[in-house]
Amino acid sequence: MSNVRMHLLVCGGTGCTSSDSLKLLDHLNESIKQHGLSEEVEVVVTGCFGFCEKGPIIKVYPDGVFYVSVKPEDAEDIVTEHIIKGRQIDRLLFTDPHGKGKLEGQKDLPFYKKQIRIALRNCGFIDPENIHESLAADGYKALGKCLTELTPDEVIDTVVQSGLRGRGGGGFPTGLKWKYTRKSKSKEKYIICNADEGDPGAFMDRSILEGDPHSVLEAMAIAGYAIGAEHGYIYIRAEYPLAIHRLVVAIDQARELGLLGEDILGTGFNFDIELRYGAGAFVCGEETALIHSIEGDRGEPFTKPPFPAESGVWNQPTCVNNVETLANISPIFLKGADWFRSIGTEKSPGTKVFALAGKVNNVGLVEVPMGITLREVIFNIGGGIKNNKKFKAVQTGGPSGGCITEEYLDIPIDYETLGSIGSMMGSGGMIVMDEDNCMVDIAKFYLEFTVDESCGKCTPCRIGNKRMFEIMVNIAKGKGTEQDLSDLRELGEIIKDTSLCGLGQTAPNPVLSTMKYFQDEYRAHVIEKRCPAGVCQDLLIYHILPDKCVGCTACARVCPVPCISGEVKKVHEIDQELCIKCGACFAKCKFNAIEKR
Amino acid sequence: MSRLKSLEELERIRQAAKDKLEIRTTAESEDRIMIRVGMATCGIASGARETMQAIIDELAKQNITNVSVTQTGCMGSCAREPIVEVISKEIPSVIYGHVDAKRGREIVTEHIKNGRLLQNAIISNSFDKL
Amino acid sequence: MAGKKIHGGYLELQDYIDSIKDKRGALIAVLHKAQHIFGYLSDEVILFISEKLDLPSSKIYGVISFYSYFTTKPRGENVVNVCLGTACFVRGADAIMKEFERELKIHTGETTEDGKYTLSGLRCIGACGLAPVVMINDKVYGRVEVDQVKKIIDENKSEIITNMEEINE
Repeated sequence: MSNVRMHLLVCGGTGCTSSDSLKLLDHLNESIKQHGLSEEVEVVVTGCFGFCEKGPIIKVYPDGVFYVSVKPEDAEDIVTEHIIKGRQIDRLLFTDPHGKGKLEGQKDLPFYKKQIRIALRNCGFIDPENIHESLAADGYKALGKCLTELTPDEVIDTVVQSGLRGRGGGGFPTGLKWKYTRKSKSKEKYIICNADEGDPGAFMDRSILEGDPHSVLEAMAIAGYAIGAEHGYIYIRAEYPLAIHRLVVAIDQARELGLLGEDILGTGFNFDIELRYGAGAFVCGEETALIHSIEGDRGEPFTKPPFPAESGVWNQPTCVNNVETLANISPIFLKGADWFRSIGTEKSPGTKVFALAGKVNNVGLVEVPMGITLREVIFNIGGGIKNNKKFKAVQTGGPSGGCITEEYLDIPIDYETLGSIGSMMGSGGMIVMDEDNCMVDIAKFYLEFTVDESCGKCTPCRIGNKRMFEIMVNIAKGKGTEQDLSDLRELGEIIKDTSLCGLGQTAPNPVLSTMKYFQDEYRAHVIEKRCPAGVCQDLLIYHILPDKCVGCTACARVCPVPCISGEVKKVHEIDQELCIKCGACFAKCKFNAIEKR
Repeated sequence: MSRLKSLEELERIRQAAKDKLEIRTTAESEDRIMIRVGMATCGIASGARETMQAIIDELAKQNITNVSVTQTGCMGSCAREPIVEVISKEIPSVIYGHVDAKRGREIVTEHIKNGRLLQNAIISNSFDKL
Repeated sequence: MAGKKIHGGYLELQDYIDSIKDKRGALIAVLHKAQHIFGYLSDEVILFISEKLDLPSSKIYGVISFYSYFTTKPRGENVVNVCLGTACFVRGADAIMKEFERELKIHTGETTEDGKYTLSGLRCIGACGLAPVVMINDKVYGRVEVDQVKKIIDENKSEIITNMEEINE
């Protein structure tokens, strides 16, 4: 029997490594060695725990104690106090914001209480670079079951019965996609994993690939068996170096054990996977554009039909599934389609991973059952709005989605309900905005993104969105007219109806939804030439409050123009003619003596 | 490691891998029981390390997989070391005193397996009352 | 020295291309490799790839211009990437970008005259928990505030100097 009595799990996701978790890891290993504990304690680098706000995170087994915001300097204490003396380190425990003291277990944290982790089941639990840990967590068990007990049709039936829908945004039933691809007659077929997570603000696919790459490889092999494909591609963004590294390691290990390659587990089934890298084009998340990119071409979409299920990569039948969708596959086979259906809503069974970000206290990845309300996600799990500001809106669906206001926070969310209120599920980005965010500015931001990312193939998207963007810029500058507002609406509807692919068809959504719910704010910009949130620079006037200014000259010194005058210890003044509204003085003033209107 | 040629081979290496991960899977299981052994200087001097090893050994022998064994600091009752605390969902926390290797094994058989407390060895049912 | 390096680079690229068994659709991977070796994709590199993969250089250029990851201009010694993803944007990334523009006296997408810094925007590296995020070369700075920008630049400046000193020694 091994002498290892303790496992120390250190988060090695992108969020935590960016806050020095690797340095922490070095310190831990060093300290453990120094104290002669190398035989007793095993340090494991895992994928993302999801609670990025409080990273780096360490979890200690067997106690199950969950430490947050751990710094490299804390390593020594963890070894001498916790490991040697068995005393928890109170200062590293999560403090309950509602005054219930320190919480020691992961499940006690409000952030985790309402979560059900299916796709993220192994993230933060196993070492993603060790296939044996994946096997211990039942990795490749579903593949074994499918290959030896089920026919391809039975595999597809199980997925159909589970009701699993595509988690990349569209929500198309996964089982049907497999069925259609199976029906197409061809010698060669392909299964593609879409890991081109382009929605800025969504990072669940990255976390799954970094934390549990084998779950995706296994599911691709199952899909390959079901549709009759021997080749798989994973199309991944070049911006995710860590995820790429973990995938390369995982594929090598799976090949070594013969879980990929020829004659898998002696069943005669062959399947192998190749990585293909993206190169910074958002439109490549669209499946037909992605197929072009895999072929080494410009990632422009093509018209459907023919659908990829009939003619995709190299004109062969192709099935494209998103990372999170695939991560749901093996639990469906291990626990059954009925189990999966019992979670979530009738039309949208299962869970969805959301990337909660923006002005919310607990930024991170959360996996919740479909049908949960936005209020629960933002206020219970997310811990409410930062700095006690007022909630204004939540944006779901990324550049294709829309903004949702306070009044809709209590509807149960699934693909249909989000669509009915002018937004969409999308890939699961959830950006929370408070009273300091200007909705015109946000809509302009998204539109700028889609204009930038439009591939230029079809006119409505290439030119229409550009025109909309120009109008938005004018409005933000205070040059907008009421005619502009109706033009925006009309243009938006036309672009939605006539664009070739999903990018163009959804690009106007952020503008249209903010115009619907924040009409007052648009009118303030257009008619009163005023930005109520104080964001749109050209509409602001910076003004020094005479009764608060102490004459410290800090503002005059940072002013780049310079337009601030005044003697030391006397009230300063801003020359409005010269002011370029950069906001430097406002940021610098320690006395709140500068007001923006 | 060579290529796996059958499902049986896969299951064999899976079982080996599972044993290694037990420390974690046990801690996450719903019916988890925790045994904490006082391992401060006084505890170790009175033989707490042997007690702990005996408990771990007995658990393995009886094939009990839902128990995490961990160590804790001084429990503040040095005269009655080695001290062992058992925490489970059904029965409130129980603290035993003078737990040598033999009594450690009894705790596993009686308390954990049969759900019967070792009445004569209980020194308290909560830390606070020590 | 420069000539030597370029020569070695072509050999490395040649080896990489030769190692690809199925050259169907390999162009993007080859471009990644080439940019990794040379830092950018010059006309010579494009012609070299055109010959080796038997593809028209016009097609290669079309692919390069489509993807924002590829560049045909040399980049600075340090590449400053300010994340302009949504999470960073709502937490004030545009102000950070403006401050970098002001401090480095260049616009987004440009390189300083001394060739030390290239400033560019980037769409989400997935570290939204740390928004706003700035990435300089491979190092990520999280929760960046406007008045830290100068310090971050200086920090990287001194790193270059120390590296240079090490080389000279």
